[in-house]
Amino acid sequence: MGNKKWWLIALVFCLLLATISPLASSSPDGLEKVAEDKGFIGAAGDAPFEIIADYVFPGIENEAVATILAGWIGTLLLFGIAYVIAWLVRSRGEKAAAR
Amino acid sequence: MHIPDGFLNTATVVTTGVVSAGGIANAVRIANKKLGERHIPMMGILAAFIFAAQMLNFPVAGGTSGHVIGAALVAILLGPWAAVIIMSVVLIAQSLIFQDGGLLALGANIFNMGVVAGFGAYYIYRLMGTLLGDSNRSRLVSGFVAAWSSVLLASIACAIELAVSGTSPLSVVLPAMAGVHALIGIGEGLITVAVVSVVMSTRADLLKLQRI
Repeated sequence: MGNKKWWLIALVFCLLLATISPLASSSPDGLEKVAEDKGFIGAAGDAPFEIIADYVFPGIENEAVATILAGWIGTLLLFGIAYVIAWLVRSRGEKAAAR
Repeated sequence: MHIPDGFLNTATVVTTGVVSAGGIANAVRIANKKLGERHIPMMGILAAFIFAAQMLNFPVAGGTSGHVIGAALVAILLGPWAAVIIMSVVLIAQSLIFQDGGLLALGANIFNMGVVAGFGAYYIYRLMGTLLGDSNRSRLVSGFVAAWSSVLLASIACAIELAVSGTSPLSVVLPAMAGVHALIGIGEGLITVAVVSVVMSTRADLLKLQRI
């Protein structure tokens, strides 16, 4: 079964998905398109600060590389955050009862 | 469907913020009772998958693109409250770090793509399962319908918030949002079914985890 292995393979697969992110369509998404067509896109405000704005890692000239890097960082970060949160909120009773 | 700041009025920001905060608190309370050791890596993988998959906008008709929401996949595999937790984690990271989705609009985005999409998908999946019976094929058909519906429902919630905020009249924004997301939802349905069928054929035991 490889109880540990499955999620490592899955995580590598997620990183591969992030690696092909420069191939994603750059057309506006559903909400943006509606906002453009119906004339309220101008209401959108700028973010008060930018870290890795629009999934492009700052300071890298090659946009594909900057996008892949942003994707890898986000994928690993989300895995880590969700894992830690799940570990923190997990039920402690189940393990004790299983013994 | 990430709403930027500026589209919603204060009343809508506050209302959706309070509802989503309550939803997260309840989700954590329920997870605290039901989430076991075996859920933990699954939670991490689903958050990573949804983040990566949301970067992959696919083209739909008329110079528009869409990406998966992912709440339906989590709701089917782990249950609706798990979907609220994972979508909140993803949306908060996207807003804070990647400037995708407004900071003030976070409550609305969590409500639409976490609460509405997650619970919508979960109950439609269960209803379909009751109607179609318990087989792998019925699970995949139910998964497709649930995932497609979750996108449509989230887009309707988004349209209502925009209308209540006075950004665009409901008669204009509702058909426009529902129309384009009925197409984007097909992508959500196909991707959800693809992942569920991979889990079915490789690790069917993961489909039997307790729902949260």
